[in-house]
Amino acid sequence: MHERTYDVAVIGGGAAGMAAAVEVRRQGLSCAIVERENQLGGILMQCIHNGFGVQEFKKELSGPEFAEEFMDMVADAGTDVFLSTTVDSIEESEQGKELYCYSRKNGVVKLNAQAVILAMGCRERNRGNIRTPGTRPAGVFTAGLAQRLVNVEGYIPGKNVVIVGSGDIGLIMARRMTWVGAKVHGVVEIQPYPAGLTRNIVQCLNDFEIPLYLSHVVSRIEGKNRVEKVTVSPLVNGIPDEDQSFEIPCDTLLLSVGLVPENELSENAGVEISPITSGAVVDSTMMTSVPGIFSCGNVLHVHDLADYAAEEARRTGAYAVAWLQNKKPARQLRIKAGANVRYVSPGMINPELPDKLYLRTLIVKNNAQLVMKLNNNIVKERKLSHVQPSEMVSVKLTKKDVEDWHAESDSVLEVSVQ
Amino acid sequence: MSAPETKEMICISCPISCRMTVYEENDSIVVKGNKCARGKVYGEEEYLAPKRMVTCTVATDSEEFPRLPVRTTASIPKETIDELLQELYSLNIKLPVKRGTTLIENYHDTGVDVIATMTLPGRA
Amino acid sequence: MQSNTNGAGERTKVDIAIIGAGVSGACIARQLSAYETEVALIEKEADVSFGVSKANSGIVHGGFHHGPKYLKTRLEIRGNLMYDRLQRELDFPFSRCGILVVALNDEEMKYIDHLYTQGLENGAIGIEMCSRERMFELEPKLESDCVGGLHAPGGGVIEPYRFVFSVVESAVKNGVQLLREFEVVKAERSGEKHIVHAADGRVVEARYVVNAAGLFADKVSGIFGAEEFQITPRKGEYYLLDRKTKACPNRVLFPVPTKVSKGMLVIPTVEGTVLIGPTAEEIEDKTDLSTNADKLGQILDQARKMVPSVSQTDVIAAFSGLRPALLPEGDFYIDISEKTPNFIQVAGIQSPGLTAAPAIGEYVKDLLKKAGCRLTEKADYDPFVTKLPRIRDYSPFEADELLKKDAAYGNLICRCEKISEAEIVAAIRAGHTTLDGIKYFTRAQMGRCQGGFCSYKIIKLIMRETGMEYDQITKNGRDSVVLTGRL
Ligand SMILES: Cc1cc2nc3c(=O)[nH]c(=O)nc-3n(C[C@H](O)[C@H](O)[C@H](O)COP(=O)(O)OP(=O)(O)OC[C@H]3O[C@@H](n4cnc5c(N)ncnc54)[C@H](O)[C@@H]3O)c2cc1C
Ligand SMILES: Cc1cc2nc3c(=O)[nH]c(=O)nc-3n(C[C@H](O)[C@H](O)[C@H](O)COP(=O)(O)OP(=O)(O)OC[C@H]3O[C@@H](n4cnc5c(N)ncnc54)[C@H](O)[C@@H]3O)c2cc1C
Ligand code: SF4
Repeated sequence: MHERTYDVAVIGGGAAGMAAAVEVRRQGLSCAIVERENQLGGILMQCIHNGFGVQEFKKELSGPEFAEEFMDMVADAGTDVFLSTTVDSIEESEQGKELYCYSRKNGVVKLNAQAVILAMGCRERNRGNIRTPGTRPAGVFTAGLAQRLVNVEGYIPGKNVVIVGSGDIGLIMARRMTWVGAKVHGVVEIQPYPAGLTRNIVQCLNDFEIPLYLSHVVSRIEGKNRVEKVTVSPLVNGIPDEDQSFEIPCDTLLLSVGLVPENELSENAGVEISPITSGAVVDSTMMTSVPGIFSCGNVLHVHDLADYAAEEARRTGAYAVAWLQNKKPARQLRIKAGANVRYVSPGMINPELPDKLYLRTLIVKNNAQLVMKLNNNIVKERKLSHVQPSEMVSVKLTKKDVEDWHAESDSVLEVSVQ
Repeated sequence: MSAPETKEMICISCPISCRMTVYEENDSIVVKGNKCARGKVYGEEEYLAPKRMVTCTVATDSEEFPRLPVRTTASIPKETIDELLQELYSLNIKLPVKRGTTLIENYHDTGVDVIATMTLPGRA
Repeated sequence: MQSNTNGAGERTKVDIAIIGAGVSGACIARQLSAYETEVALIEKEADVSFGVSKANSGIVHGGFHHGPKYLKTRLEIRGNLMYDRLQRELDFPFSRCGILVVALNDEEMKYIDHLYTQGLENGAIGIEMCSRERMFELEPKLESDCVGGLHAPGGGVIEPYRFVFSVVESAVKNGVQLLREFEVVKAERSGEKHIVHAADGRVVEARYVVNAAGLFADKVSGIFGAEEFQITPRKGEYYLLDRKTKACPNRVLFPVPTKVSKGMLVIPTVEGTVLIGPTAEEIEDKTDLSTNADKLGQILDQARKMVPSVSQTDVIAAFSGLRPALLPEGDFYIDISEKTPNFIQVAGIQSPGLTAAPAIGEYVKDLLKKAGCRLTEKADYDPFVTKLPRIRDYSPFEADELLKKDAAYGNLICRCEKISEAEIVAAIRAGHTTLDGIKYFTRAQMGRCQGGFCSYKIIKLIMRETGMEYDQITKNGRDSVVLTGRL
């Protein structure tokens, strides 16, 4: 078996993995990225639409352009990249960690590393997860799979399309399917408000007069061999109302019903997973419950912007380096998700080295207020012009912010939105 | 000139998503419902000549990378999009190609180009 | 497996034609492949095991659910015993994990007593009555209300479709001709022969015909002018739980049965996922495999009565199966036809059909002999199929050796179930060229992402290996096309 040794091994070469690796290399440590696909970039390579890079590069790029900016940095930094190679397991060893990597080209390779950064991204929730009743014909795809088929492989999955879920991936696919000649008959959203950005509602639905059915569900899929029609039902008091249901004939159903961090590898390595984010539980340095294993990007919690994933990953790279240099935080405070907040990531903060927090709300609101309390005293407030559960909120904390916090080591920082 | 019409629209310049009413009065365009100046600019442009960015893919001569992603360098008038798409779907690009390569120059005198958004290798 | 679609008008001449490549037909075919006789196995679907045999509980039953007067009980007991040897020969996943019937009150305990006596009369091996303590020792995940139960250590679980694939592979290896997408629509007698017509114009001539058409055995019987009977489809809906679930028991858990069914079970599948179900509902349409929203709640409630930790969030898929019931008796009907010469009926094969199938094979062979078919043993019969390595069974060090022989084992295609390119290619080369066929053969697309990551890669492999065009790739044959256009 071939063997290679690095200071840091990064699993996954999407936005997060690349950004983390570049930072590790910038600080002079050796680093390898292992990526299962035949190119770097991850999910970005199929997101051909623009809307990436406004934070990172101050310009609007498409997914592949955003990815290539990072690929260039990875190459310039002299990072080793193993493509078409899957990490199958992570084991503890005396020197650190052993990664067993499978590929056609090199057989099984053992990578030894002192620290590991998990950046495996996420997978899409599917029909089973939302339990749509009916038959099981061909023609039911997750939206991301359809995106891959159209944009990378060049195949059209169907001609008459209904989309379940109004998240950005679903909306973008509504326009994309229209632009490849399919007819999109509607987008069905269970919530009373759309999950995606308004600009995508305008540009991807309204431009093409595609109806958006809010507070509706696809209550049945019909078709023996291929999808023939779906039943769409309005929700009345939370249950589908049969009397007001209607049918839409179609041959294709695209599901855009959420993403789940892909953490099987992490779990097998003993990493503790949060039931709320489905990502690892991490401390203020993005380290998981297993010392030396860090996590960032979509495998930690689902980011709606690649820019945020990259930013978080860069910090993670720096933290991994610091850990290897034995720089550990003296104190860490626990962060608690307060009123109207689903989660805050990471779940801890180092009061000597405050940085960025990401959170998701449980509510939709204009002119909301972010409130941070330490031991029940308000320590920071900020206006949020608009919040909704599908849009991640980023909160920057500066040294000035925390200077007069007087935090004890058992203090808890509670973050809420009003 | 046809009778001035009133358009309802949603400003997409920021997440607040102001619902706006836009109409013509005394040779100028009136935007109502916007909370800030960006909304007025968006409203005027959307009223007079709505424009959109186009992102798409074109065929290549490679089996491994059969599609090359492309985009317009700026927004183009909405009514020209369908024609542009047809033109893009009829292209076949010989690889290798570098990101940023211009594939269509100054499309229909709009000053807008279509560029490749991915670097793809030629046959190994 | 050889290719299926011969040209229209093509004639295949054999001694015995078996209609239906479910578990019954497959086991009959394999049994006969040990003898000097020409056999055709005929199936209307794009692949074998796409009928009743693909969607069921996958349990090798313990021999106590029905009384000794039934043919199905005798074949169940015999079939169960045949599984160990079959596994050695055919290399399919099988685990004799045992079965528990869970009593939740004293009333139910009385019924356990009845099942126990019945099992003893049937000759079920090793069954025991269990106290509450013994039950918890055997299954710590049980609901605390459990008062006792029955343990049948001889029961087990298999992947039903995978079993059928192996049985058919063995049969084909020993000379059986497999004809797929051959829907029998017409038949007539010509001298001593049956002339069997397919919808697409192909023809099979056979001296003997075995009707093992599952849900459609009544229709096929009619086509041959044989006995009139009616097969009633009884639907069973299931939910599949992710292998990460905390609710995976050690053994198959049954509640105390009702009059119409064995009740809703919690089944640790042989591959580590968990099945809960099935419901039991008589329906009209023999092709209605839909699932219904109201059933999920019922199934979860029932399953939680035995294992409280069953959780809705672990659900990764739902499906349903149809039991081909011959009412009112509900017994198997396996006999020589009294109306049509040289025609054997294998009908009403509902549960425990899977368990009994190997014994059905023997039984039908004997019936054929009785009907005058001459069967002499083949000298070169080889009961073994080639073992296919599965990368998930290999440690990294063993895998490295395997990869030196075939690098395609290093390309992991399905990440959820850890299936390599080599395994998918093996499935395609064995003739499984639909997405479902590959799923049932390899388990790729069967995990928690349900094909979200890997199905396009599998499509590309099918195209590469077979030269099929993108618009010929189907989910499970006929018009179930996956891709409708190309840019
Ligand atoms: C379908 C989809 C569409 C999206 N659309 C948009 C959008 O329109 N706009 C936007 O701003 N954001 C979008 N996002 C979100 C954004 O792109 C992501 O937040 C960001 O790209 C995530 O980067 P990542 O590196 O965390 O994950 P990924 O890009 O998913 O990268 C993970 C990488 O890890 C690799 N990997 C996984 N497991 C292993 C293993 N065991 N061994 C080796 N390699 C492995 C994978 O192949 C993959 O390349 C989308 C996300 C998805 C899933
Ligand atoms: C919900 C459920 C749970 C069950 N659980 C268990 C269990 O745990 N243990 C157990 O032992 N048994 C179980 N069974 C029973 C078992 O699944 C069946 O007894 C067995 O699969 C029947 O196999 P078969 O070959 O007779 O029928 P099938 O598998 O249906 O095979 C018949 C084949 O004939 C083909 N055919 C039909 N008409 C034609 C035609 N005109 N021309 C050509 N081909 C044709 C069909 O396409 C089909 O493939 C269960 C059944 C159900 C429905
Ligand atoms: S008008 Fe101003 S505030 Fe309102 S949505 Fe547009 S940019 Fe935002």
